[in-house]
Amino acid sequence: MQTSLASNKSSLRAGLESGLRFGLIGGLVAISIALQGMIQTFSVRDILSGILSMGQSVLLLAYFAMAYLAIRRANASEPSSVLAAGALSGLIAGLMLDLLIWVGGFVELGSVFINATPQLYDLLTFNRGLAVGSLIQPLLAVGAGLFAAVMQLIPPRVRQPLSVGLATILALGFFQDWMIRTVDNTPATIRLLLRPVSKVLYAGNGMSLAGAGVAFLLVAGLNYLSGRRRRAAANATSKLSPARARAWRTAGIAGIILLLLLLPILLGIENSEILDNVGMFLIMGLGLNIVVGFAGLLDLGYVAFFAIGAYTVGVLTSPELGRAVIIQNWWVALPFGLIAAVFAGVLLGVPVLRMRGDYLAIVTLGFGEIIRLLAGSDLLKSYLGGAQGTRVIARPDIGPIQFGLHQINLPLLGAVRLQFQHEFYYLFLAGCVLTIFIATRLKNSRLGRAWMALREDEDVAQAMGINLVATKLLAFSTGAFFGGLAGAIYASKLGSIFPSSFNFLISINVLAVIIVGGMGSIPGVVVGALALVGLPELTREFAEFRYLLYGAALVMMMLTRPEGLWPEARRKLELHEEELLSEGTPAPVLAES
Amino acid sequence: MIKFRGRRLELTDFMMFFIGSAIVILVVGGSASTLAAGKYTARQWTDLIVYGIALGSIYALIALGYTLVYGILRMINFAHSEVFMAGPFTAYFLADALGKSGFLDRYLVVSLISILLLSMAVSMTVAVLLERIAYRPLRFAPRLVPLITAVGASFFLQYFFRGLYGPNIKVYPEIEALKGSVGIGVFNITNIQIVVILAAALMMAGQTLFIQRTRVGKAMRAVSEDKQVAALMGINVDRIIMYTFLIGGALAGAAGVLYALMFKQVYYIMGFIPSIKAFTAAVLGGIGNVPGAMLGGLFLGLAESVGPNLFLDGLGIPAPYQLKDAISFTLLVLVLIFRPSGILGERLAEAKS
Repeated sequence: MQTSLASNKSSLRAGLESGLRFGLIGGLVAISIALQGMIQTFSVRDILSGILSMGQSVLLLAYFAMAYLAIRRANASEPSSVLAAGALSGLIAGLMLDLLIWVGGFVELGSVFINATPQLYDLLTFNRGLAVGSLIQPLLAVGAGLFAAVMQLIPPRVRQPLSVGLATILALGFFQDWMIRTVDNTPATIRLLLRPVSKVLYAGNGMSLAGAGVAFLLVAGLNYLSGRRRRAAANATSKLSPARARAWRTAGIAGIILLLLLLPILLGIENSEILDNVGMFLIMGLGLNIVVGFAGLLDLGYVAFFAIGAYTVGVLTSPELGRAVIIQNWWVALPFGLIAAVFAGVLLGVPVLRMRGDYLAIVTLGFGEIIRLLAGSDLLKSYLGGAQGTRVIARPDIGPIQFGLHQINLPLLGAVRLQFQHEFYYLFLAGCVLTIFIATRLKNSRLGRAWMALREDEDVAQAMGINLVATKLLAFSTGAFFGGLAGAIYASKLGSIFPSSFNFLISINVLAVIIVGGMGSIPGVVVGALALVGLPELTREFAEFRYLLYGAALVMMMLTRPEGLWPEARRKLELHEEELLSEGTPAPVLAES
Repeated sequence: MIKFRGRRLELTDFMMFFIGSAIVILVVGGSASTLAAGKYTARQWTDLIVYGIALGSIYALIALGYTLVYGILRMINFAHSEVFMAGPFTAYFLADALGKSGFLDRYLVVSLISILLLSMAVSMTVAVLLERIAYRPLRFAPRLVPLITAVGASFFLQYFFRGLYGPNIKVYPEIEALKGSVGIGVFNITNIQIVVILAAALMMAGQTLFIQRTRVGKAMRAVSEDKQVAALMGINVDRIIMYTFLIGGALAGAAGVLYALMFKQVYYIMGFIPSIKAFTAAVLGGIGNVPGAMLGGLFLGLAESVGPNLFLDGLGIPAPYQLKDAISFTLLVLVLIFRPSGILGERLAEAKS
């Protein structure tokens, strides 16, 4: 490091400036976290039993993230500058949080901010009182900042195993409640195997120190070793022969299918319910993905099709509304629900054919709200049940398999009660498989290419001979079909539906799933549904902040990674076109990802 | 081929014409039958009209925020509903404290102005932060990207304020001095409605003067005309965009307090429905068009207050008031379908978006 004193100084200065800036932002973030009540909610349990509470680790993560950003912005290779940026950002963030504690100690903030309770200050100061306690947050924050700096300075081959190990511990800690419950609900043989593991990992109110240490060493060590092997493999030019690669692929797919079939039995009824939800949003996500992701038409009223599917099936099969002709079989009602949804899709599609972008978004939003208002109004009360909703909806029984009754009627033996509760999981699974199949086939079809052309440039697409009317209507109606499918299964699963269940939040939820996963990408939607619908269920504490985090995720995703977690290759190119051009690098090959 | 497609487009045109005429017949028929039945007295109608004007002027204030931003950035600031919510939700605590101490009744004007100023300040802060954090980095991104950001920001803000102030509905204090009403000609106007209409008119006049007379207003018009050329003329485009959000935020904050005076209730999703309606108003008047937003707001307020009783009741619909929101949404859809350029607008939805 033979830099001159002047550049050394300016580099340190850049570090300090960036540390100051992100320290201030970090302070605001920390105060927000505190005032949102995250600390109290999460402090119910510990990550490390008796040492580190979940609430404090949320704060530490925020300090760490801000220090990381500060270091990145400082853009310095000088260790002194990196350390300065990390430490200063931590210090300022911690001091700003102290400001909240001090102000809260003298002024009654609780009457305005409902979460600014004495309990919050006690948690932040670790019950040490104002004088001593207010040293703690800055110290912790500086620690987190320095840690971020050190992580930046150590070589990557050490950094990677270290961060993977720490992330594992955090995940194990955050999801401890779910882990323990799941282990308790697995079949006896697996439980026998897993019980001792969970006994070692978790003790008291969180992870035991020994358990966390063992888990960390195991994961970090494995990662280190595999990293070394990978580097070695990169040097050698050994590759699987095509035949063997195909064999591996087949084996992998078979394994996934087996796992999917066994999953609810392995994980228990509670997780099966979570997976039902994931499946429902997956079906809807894939449907909306066709409209938004493939065809580029932003639909904010997707819940309308969900509602129409649910209500059609509900009204047709419910005996409560007092009509003469009632279909008793859900499977007979299902096609009607799907047709109604598709019809609604066309009905919405025709008037909005000429609209683009923003206007389309608002009109679809209005459409969704109109459907919900109509369903809840007295006008259609005799048909749809008004605010009381539609009740006693048929279940999708197939022959002897009765849904939700936990028994099978066998022809000779009569009703046999079984401990089988996962019928709806398999129904959703079947729906997902069907949806994924159709979506994948459509994507690479002539129609799929027409949709993508439409998304990229409507005028050019038209000039290329694409029939805009038919293409758009097909996008809307195909999307509506899947919305209706999800609605039909949902209605049957709950047994009764209410207009209030079909609010705007569902549309946003589905939109968030496809945005976070990656617009236009089918595996992306799967990832999005798992991450946004499945993951929050694993920590009950999350549920309260779910929509806050959805909103933040949408914004962050658009700002930093608009192509999503698992992007579609073409989309990625579109969104980063300018960067690629300005860097002067040749565009990557499409087949790459 | 062209002929084939031409025929198909004609088919959709025919369908739209059919939908449009069906609605016109329903509205006219419903109104006629209500009026013929004479179910409501003249006094009830005038009350509804005054209520509609007061409501409409609030919508107009919010609509101005949409229209100003759209005029400059060509984007719908979807999170404007939360800008509208943030101000009065925060100012509630001041109003509550003033009401409890009795200050509110003793020094009415000072109290109202301070509540209004606080609300405006909060809404302005939220609007500017929103622009700085969520929109500015995406100025040259594909169109869908800032729109989704706006939806996300709207959600984030809703739940952020819910986390700060709690999920419960908060009730603004009753103001003794504003309880009565005044008769002007055939109209009977409550004091609150007078305050609302006057304040809204003042705000709108101030905003119009600002845009027409000041240097910044001139720069705003220049930027909305052409960003590149404005930048060449030495206008700091980023700063002008920030001013636009500031003005939109101030108007939304003021509208929020007026809304809270009329309906008393504030809570974290209070912004959603009024803002969709205000957006409808902006589109009605022609988005990007400032006088259009005011006119559209008034029209929508009237349609919403008089509409359910006038034409839904006549059609024999039970509890027509439940459907007042549906009227606004239907109106929005219809305007966008049949006249996307709005009443006064010159811009076309398809040309610009």
